[in-house]
Amino acid sequence: MTGFLTLLHKELLRFWKVGFQTIIAPMVSTLLYLLVFFHVLETRIEVYPEVAYTVFLIPGLIMMSVIQNAFANSSSSMIQSKISGNIVFVLLSPLTYRAIFFAYILASIIRGLLVGLGVYLVTLIFFDIPLLLPLWAILFVILGSAILGALGLIAGILADKFDQLAAFQNFIILPLTFLSGVFYTIHSLPAGWQYLSHLNPFFYMIDGFRYGFFGVSDISPHISLLIVSICLIAISALTINLLRSGYKLRQ
Amino acid sequence: MLSAIEIKRVCKNFGSMRALVDVDLEISPGEFFALLGPNGAGKTTLINIIAGLSLADSGSVNVMGHNVITQYQQARRNLGVVPQELVYDPFFSVREVLLIQSGYYGIKHNTLWVDEIIERLDLTDKANANMRSLSGGMKRRVLVAQALVHKPPVIILDEPTAGVDVELRQTLWDFIKQLNQDGHTIVLTTHYLEEAETLCNRVAMLKEGRIIALDSTQNLIGKLVSGNSVKIRLLPDNLPLVLQPLKKNCTNGLYELRIDNYAHIEFILSALRSENIHIQEMHMQQPDLEDAFVSLIRNSGNKLQ
Repeated sequence: MTGFLTLLHKELLRFWKVGFQTIIAPMVSTLLYLLVFFHVLETRIEVYPEVAYTVFLIPGLIMMSVIQNAFANSSSSMIQSKISGNIVFVLLSPLTYRAIFFAYILASIIRGLLVGLGVYLVTLIFFDIPLLLPLWAILFVILGSAILGALGLIAGILADKFDQLAAFQNFIILPLTFLSGVFYTIHSLPAGWQYLSHLNPFFYMIDGFRYGFFGVSDISPHISLLIVSICLIAISALTINLLRSGYKLRQ
Repeated sequence: MLSAIEIKRVCKNFGSMRALVDVDLEISPGEFFALLGPNGAGKTTLINIIAGLSLADSGSVNVMGHNVITQYQQARRNLGVVPQELVYDPFFSVREVLLIQSGYYGIKHNTLWVDEIIERLDLTDKANANMRSLSGGMKRRVLVAQALVHKPPVIILDEPTAGVDVELRQTLWDFIKQLNQDGHTIVLTTHYLEEAETLCNRVAMLKEGRIIALDSTQNLIGKLVSGNSVKIRLLPDNLPLVLQPLKKNCTNGLYELRIDNYAHIEFILSALRSENIHIQEMHMQQPDLEDAFVSLIRNSGNKLQ
């Protein structure tokens, strides 16, 4: 347990020591999105009855910042350690594959939650946001950040250069996030796009998370929970196997 | 008796390149062992396989009786490795790095031992400095300290003095000698052969992934380099006929003559006197590991074991 806790502590210190860049900066950019959309769209769109567009948007933006930062944390930590070579200190140690996995994932969850919580608290100053079912919201935010933490770890292990990691982020994570219903409800989409949205696991994270705020969602939160949980188990198994095989880590 | 390191028929290929071919090696507890060989001979690959940083294609490796794959946790607890590359974590100070490394090995409160290694490696002034701010030599000492946080019985150092100034090299070797005297098994690779010669009791030489020689340092030198020799420069530059059979070689007018015993010197001198040839320059030559190394690498066809 000491090994796992030490690696977790190290991973937390790693982003905490540069907190301006890893927590404050993503909070600011998320709030900028909110400011712009509030200015442009507040009076034009009503997604759910009685829910102003900005208020609808806020949970989506919180989840988006959680997703992006959970991914950024594990992926950048892994690739930096690989490229600078200091990953050997972990690889030489008797830490088990599971301990390494859980330490990286938990650090990702915590960074995601810190950024998300920061955005939430700041928006509370300006907007009246309901939080009807907080446990649902917490459940989805943890599962979502765990999935992205694991995806980040996979990307960090597979990528040989920062280039490749950026490609993973820009061509996979970013489109899946933007097209998952952060900015809209999928009921506003044509049928074909609605169908495609259902294939996007990020959609269920955001829809389930939003359910925690408004008690309303595009699809049943139980289905979302099931799909998100299955995704987490599958991706975790894949990541642990990758660590166990030593692929790209132990030549 | 239990071996500190036991390597059995280890093979490793990188694509079509055969990095290690059927390597067998046993190192006993308490040995000070050197792994020598030219660049690309497979030394680092072998060390990486022992450390679990690289996976062998076939064969097995045990550290203090624990298989490095199936019992990797016990094997790694018994092993400290100083990597060749100057790697470091830029987010932390020297003390933080050492306490974190201790934690990886499951050691919670290691401040006393960490402070001791910091002091013994002369890092006290830099204990709270960020790793980024350290010079290359200092970073090297931290790497050594990191390998020792869990007091491993077996310590492997992959070219620990590469790019390190003379003074630090001496400090480092004194420290490692002390560790050996305290009972730690030491395995090192080095390009400074005189280091291996003065420090190590046994040597293995690797070439193209094979062990081409394995013996005590003294025996190896004895086997490969026959006796002493003398180098002389003559005026006029003309080696008398009677001395020709002793000639080992001649470079730039400097003759190297074999001397099997010291009486030979008198024989050489009298031969020169009788032909009225003067000695302009003279050096006594004693065999060393460098010669053994060069002659082995030149004709590695004959395997010495």
